[in-house]
Amino acid sequence: MTALDAARLPPTDHPRLLAGWAETGAITRYSGHRRRYGPLPGLDGPRLIELVSRSGLRGRGGAGFPTARKLRAVADGRGRRIVVANGCEGDPASAKDGVLLELAPHLVLDGIQLAARAVGANEAILAVHTGSRLLRTLAAALRDRGTGEVPVELAEVPRRYVASEESALVNHLTSGDARPTVTPPRPARRGVRGRPTLVDNVETLAHIALIARHGDGWFREAGTRDSPGTTLVTVGGAVALPGVYEIDLGMPVAAVLALAGGPVEPLQAVQIGGLGGSWLPLPYADGMPFTHEDARAVEAGLGVAALVALPVRACGIAETARVLRYLADESAGQCGPCMFGLPAVADDMAVLADGADRSGVVVRRLQERLGVIPGRGACAHPDGAVRLAAGALRVFAADVARHARGDSCTWTGAPPWLPTA
Amino acid sequence: MAADRLKVGPIMCHAHGLCAELLPEMVRLDEWGYPILADGPVPPVLRSDARAAVAACPTLALRLRSD
Repeated sequence: MTALDAARLPPTDHPRLLAGWAETGAITRYSGHRRRYGPLPGLDGPRLIELVSRSGLRGRGGAGFPTARKLRAVADGRGRRIVVANGCEGDPASAKDGVLLELAPHLVLDGIQLAARAVGANEAILAVHTGSRLLRTLAAALRDRGTGEVPVELAEVPRRYVASEESALVNHLTSGDARPTVTPPRPARRGVRGRPTLVDNVETLAHIALIARHGDGWFREAGTRDSPGTTLVTVGGAVALPGVYEIDLGMPVAAVLALAGGPVEPLQAVQIGGLGGSWLPLPYADGMPFTHEDARAVEAGLGVAALVALPVRACGIAETARVLRYLADESAGQCGPCMFGLPAVADDMAVLADGADRSGVVVRRLQERLGVIPGRGACAHPDGAVRLAAGALRVFAADVARHARGDSCTWTGAPPWLPTA
Repeated sequence: MAADRLKVGPIMCHAHGLCAELLPEMVRLDEWGYPILADGPVPPVLRSDARAAVAACPTLALRLRSD
């Protein structure tokens, strides 16, 4: 699925980031971009931060952290400051950042300039995966912009799941080692080359570009009080039109699936937030508003805002086992509980899927392992894997019981619903 | 006096396990030999053992942090 195939014009309330692209195609020329969106407003740094603060914008890279707080923390830093735009999109379930960078690169570049102004940075780095086809688009877009802007360097980051985790990205840009580091210190205090660094997802920056133009009130016309605005979602699995859509936050999950053409067969669950995300059972999830607060209430998170629809005929345990193997292989191999714990958990889940746990020993061992791994790595990678595994045992309890009776799973060899590449 | 808490640097820890030997009241090891620390501050009666465990860590991964 290429980015252009993936992006679809959402027949929804307020397309913003992806507004109008279906009529005009991608806007890669800066002149066309300015015609559509108008010039960059001349707000000063403190005013920008105030505007973003009132907008309630939260980061679109996974953690959902309030963007203004991050801006303020970096602006308060000493010495030279740096802006890093994270466009790596390391999670295979997500395609939204690639779509955004391809269709509206100048919105992201505008956001980088505004963020640099807000924090007082005089250099910026836009990071994408090594060899990404976006590099050409972005290099051309950068050449097309006028002088007088903060220079933006394009950086290539290894295609590994954890390489674009915030601390790993900073580490890579500083030393070439794309593995996470222990935090604190957070990048806002000690980031690239030890400088106070703002690391923001590219979609977050694009929203800043629109908020600066239209204001916080406009931004809040979509979304909820705690999850304002629109967001890009990547919808996959058993839906008619998998792809990237822009939705108002707060849209029920069933409506998001409907945007993507709706289910093509009966569904049993959705996976939310990317591979290190969570399982939500259906029909419960149908009515759940797609917001940070509603996801948190069920111990899930919006993460990278991916949704994968799992059909009834698939096996959630086999799917989870496969994803856990992937996540284990993607461990940076630095912290013991991740380096040893994730392969052990992946093995256990595979045993369950194979129907080889008739005594129930493995499921109990798995529960114990899931209890001791979280919170003990330098980054949240093991925590995400554990959340997915623990959720699978709850949501697919019937499958666990069926496998425990010795039924092996016909789905272990079938094509996966959750993408791992 | 501020209460001290144990912290382990997860990247520096190489599962030597001396901490669990010297401070079993607050450190147990997972099945791979990595420490699982008890929550909460180090009680006064264990303070000297905690300091000994910190000093014994071959990779300097174990630390005492005051709140």
